[in-house]
Amino acid sequence: MDDRDLQYQKYKAILENYLEEQSEQTLYKGQQFSRKMIEQKISPEEAVSLHVSVLEELFPDIPEPLKNSYDFLLEMMIGYGFAYREHQSLRSRQQQLESEIEIAANMQQTLLAGDKPEVPNLDIGAISKPAQKMSGDYYHFVQDENDCVSVAIADVIGKGIPAALCMSMIKYTMDSAPEQRMQPGAVLENLNRVVEQNVDPNMFITMFYGLYDPRVHSFYYAGAGHEPGFFYDAEKDEFEELFTKGLVLGVSKKTSYQEYQRVLNGNDMVIMLSDGVTECRSTNGFIERDEIVALIRKYIHLSAQEIVEEVYRELERLQEFELRDDFTLVILRREV
Amino acid sequence: MNIQSCVEVRNEWDIVKARQSGRNIAKELGFGTVDQARITTAISELARNIYLYAGSGEVAIERVENGGKFGLKIEASDSGPGIKDIRKVMEDGFTTSGGLGAGLPGVKRLMDEFTIDSKENEGTVITSIKWLR
Ligand SMILES: Nc1ncnc2c1ncn2[C@@H]1O[C@H](COP(=O)(O)OP(=O)(O)OP(=O)(O)O)[C@@H](O)[C@H]1O
Ligand SMILES: [Mg+2]
Repeated sequence: MDDRDLQYQKYKAILENYLEEQSEQTLYKGQQFSRKMIEQKISPEEAVSLHVSVLEELFPDIPEPLKNSYDFLLEMMIGYGFAYREHQSLRSRQQQLESEIEIAANMQQTLLAGDKPEVPNLDIGAISKPAQKMSGDYYHFVQDENDCVSVAIADVIGKGIPAALCMSMIKYTMDSAPEQRMQPGAVLENLNRVVEQNVDPNMFITMFYGLYDPRVHSFYYAGAGHEPGFFYDAEKDEFEELFTKGLVLGVSKKTSYQEYQRVLNGNDMVIMLSDGVTECRSTNGFIERDEIVALIRKYIHLSAQEIVEEVYRELERLQEFELRDDFTLVILRREV
Repeated sequence: MNIQSCVEVRNEWDIVKARQSGRNIAKELGFGTVDQARITTAISELARNIYLYAGSGEVAIERVENGGKFGLKIEASDSGPGIKDIRKVMEDGFTTSGGLGAGLPGVKRLMDEFTIDSKENEGTVITSIKWLR
């Protein structure tokens, strides 16, 4: 017996059973059977045809008009079969798209995830988590021969694939102008030009760029409309906002970015983040910047990497494990 | 029995004629009721496109054989405006009826073989075969 015969016999048995006594149990069996038919990709018109052929066997003397009406029903079901097949083909296309996105996301990870540098007397922690498969956040470290470390954090307003593509462009722009690395203001001005010329006007990018020079224990930085970070003064045991003045990248052709400087004493920290951190939303509304500070304080005795991981873990839990925006948090701490 | 036919399509009545001759031939060749209905629907969609977009054309139906296998071949041709972007019309969800799965991609799925040949301002020839199992 082939599949078709088997199906026919099974359907016939269930139907006969139901005609004998209209029990819920048999209807349940019917439901199970229909699931199997769907699994086997039986289309609606085939289901109707199955039913009709069983009927014709059970009742050889079906009145002619009734028989004709089934032909009519079959014709009607072809339209549903159309829709059913389209659904199947769209579904397989979606699966294909998803696996492509998966591959792209992995590529992005290898592309963007620069290694965290090892610098004597500098404790570095960094974490970045995409809300969806692909991230519109970006962070990148570069270490030069003098152990100067530059760090860039950027956030594309918008999420998903367009944001991720844009992020790749930022990375290559930064890689292609290494001589500017020591001047945060100039780095942002260059990026602003590139973004303004190449990116859709509806897409904005905020960025924070900083450079730590261990020879003078100084942190130089500039910002382009980016979520302000924090500076932790260990001696006073106080957090301050790392304010920067500067337009979001890509808004205006000619704009300049002011450069700032901070000296880091022992155990001082620079904390940089994306707005995915402050825009974490818990059931009690937005999470205040104060709360982020409190969280960092809670784990301040740990290493920089442990701090960023613990803060992420807590915020993830507060949001019931549903990230609404890409999340990036970077901490630099001068060790004594 | 005449196992080929050619129907000129100029109005909606002709669509019905094309369906009828397709169904007759399908029955004659031994297709089951489900396949008969599928073939007829495919013919209907192709003839309707001719009527709507080319104004007039013809639908030829014939028996084909390939290595002992028998089938029914539909050839819908016209000298209308042609289809500019064939790839696009073969995408799901492109049809004007929108997401009902009908139209050319639907026809392709109902049948076993399907080819479009079309040139802008010259016309369109769509050939499609269903094999007997
Ligand atoms: N014979 C033809 N000549 C010129 N253009 C055609 C022809 N057949 C189809 N087209 C073009 O291809 C498009 C897609 O055709 P298709 O039959 O898939 O969908 P539709 O006719 O728009 O909608 P539906 O058939 O679902 O009601 C049509 O909108 C028309 O522009
Ligand atoms: Mg159509």
